[in-house]
Amino acid sequence: MGFWSSAPVHTALWVGLLVGVVCGPVGVFTVMRGQSFAGHSLSDIGTTGGAGAYLLGVNVLYGFVAFNVLAATAMEAAGVQRARSRDVTTGIVLGASLGLTALFLHWQTSSSTTGATMTVLFGSIFTFQKSTLPLVAGLSLATLALIALLYRPLLLASVSSEIAAARGVPVKLVGAAYLVALSLAVSLSAISIGAILSTALLIGPAATALRLTRRPGAAVVVAAAVGVAVTWLGIALSYLSYDWPPDHRGWPVSFFVVAMVLTAYFLSLLVPAERARRTV
Amino acid sequence: MFSALMANTWLAATLVAVVAGVVGFFTVMRGSSFAAHALPNGAFAGAAGATLIGTSTLLGLGTFSVAGALAIAALGRRARNDVATALVMAAMLGLGALFLSVGHSYAPEVDALLFGQILAVSNGQVEACVVMGALTVLAVVAMYRPLLFSSVSPDVAEARGVRAAVVETLFLLVVALVTTMAVPVVGALLIFALLVGPAASARAFTSRPEAAVALSVLIALIVVWASVAVAYETNLPVGFLVGALVAVAYVAGRLYTWSRGGNG
Repeated sequence: MGFWSSAPVHTALWVGLLVGVVCGPVGVFTVMRGQSFAGHSLSDIGTTGGAGAYLLGVNVLYGFVAFNVLAATAMEAAGVQRARSRDVTTGIVLGASLGLTALFLHWQTSSSTTGATMTVLFGSIFTFQKSTLPLVAGLSLATLALIALLYRPLLLASVSSEIAAARGVPVKLVGAAYLVALSLAVSLSAISIGAILSTALLIGPAATALRLTRRPGAAVVVAAAVGVAVTWLGIALSYLSYDWPPDHRGWPVSFFVVAMVLTAYFLSLLVPAERARRTV
Repeated sequence: MFSALMANTWLAATLVAVVAGVVGFFTVMRGSSFAAHALPNGAFAGAAGATLIGTSTLLGLGTFSVAGALAIAALGRRARNDVATALVMAAMLGLGALFLSVGHSYAPEVDALLFGQILAVSNGQVEACVVMGALTVLAVVAMYRPLLFSSVSPDVAEARGVRAAVVETLFLLVVALVTTMAVPVVGALLIFALLVGPAASARAFTSRPEAAVALSVLIALIVVWASVAVAYETNLPVGFLVGALVAVAYVAGRLYTWSRGGNG
């Protein structure tokens, strides 16, 4: 059928594969560390960078990544350990960043830019520029390499920072490096399915995986697999929806991906309580 | 800027600031910053849906923020709070994406819902603000003791009969009410800066709840009034000014704490 021979679909499937595989492991650590808010905030904050990059005529992905890393550094430098206060700091950085988005949009005078912002916020994997694919692939590999490097110390630090510190793990450094990996992962997913919805792909598959297995190594693999599956299903459904009412333009792929993410998660909720962990 | 034309703006801004200052205190104390961001985002999706089926925006905002509050509270009993919040928000925004796409939403309308249009507030919106603001403050006053108790010592409160799950649900509904009231005025993306910033700053200066609430309201008022005034004079977006001033207030609070040798 036309699906398999369509070039935009090929690109979309590749992007979905890369993003799903990256968000799985990063998402597992995000959920374990209770940093879902930071993970979400970085997608909105990245949008600011994207809007700024657009103003400067630079590739939007660079803007995302640069601004995210900057914000992640600010959040880490504020140096708060208690989760509630950390969330407040995240909130302040997010609020300031959203304000900057308002300013950048204000400076962009043409009406097409609000449309561009909409695309950045809600994204469309089908309009993803194929020329950006090598860059996304490179960044994906870099992120996975970083996670692989950090794996053991990060796991230790995420489960118990005191024990990790006692065993010589540089907890703050590891936490900062994790935030960089998170920034990259969120930038990649925001570019493909949109900033607002990248959170679903970061948190959903990971939360699903952690309900199905207690072992982090298995969770990472399951999360990646679920992430790729829901993204590919979303792409397929969106393609199929081209003939659907109300106006035969197709329903947005982000909607389908989120629907699939939630379906997977709710299915995992059916897992009996003794096997599932309350902590996710 | 003090002409009759701006009266609605000043009134709405003041009402939003007061309510955000009050509810914000509990938001920060309970660590509900994520929910304070998620509910307005979800409400935005509701407004998009309302536009699609041709009904009142306020109804759409209200429905989705209440549904979101209930969903987060319910899911939060089976999953971690932050995961529940993220997933409920994702669900609402996914629907929002669908509504916007299918409804061919007009970009300036979307812009207004995201960033607010505080410089162009209608009489109807002011009336809505007064009613909802009053309801919110009444709710907080009615819930004050159990809410404070449950927020400060959830386990002790639970033992004394204050059920944490009930308080959480009611509190999120209050945030939903604030959301519905404030989104048309200051926009979905920035109501949460007003909920989180002034309160966070206030708590750095005092630990007594009543004083902190009062200070939170004061800071929120200063931030909003200054933002409206500067926006009026310079044409800079109100959202940018609010975000910046809230950050300044927060940093001031952190510096104060640091200078006194604490490590908040």
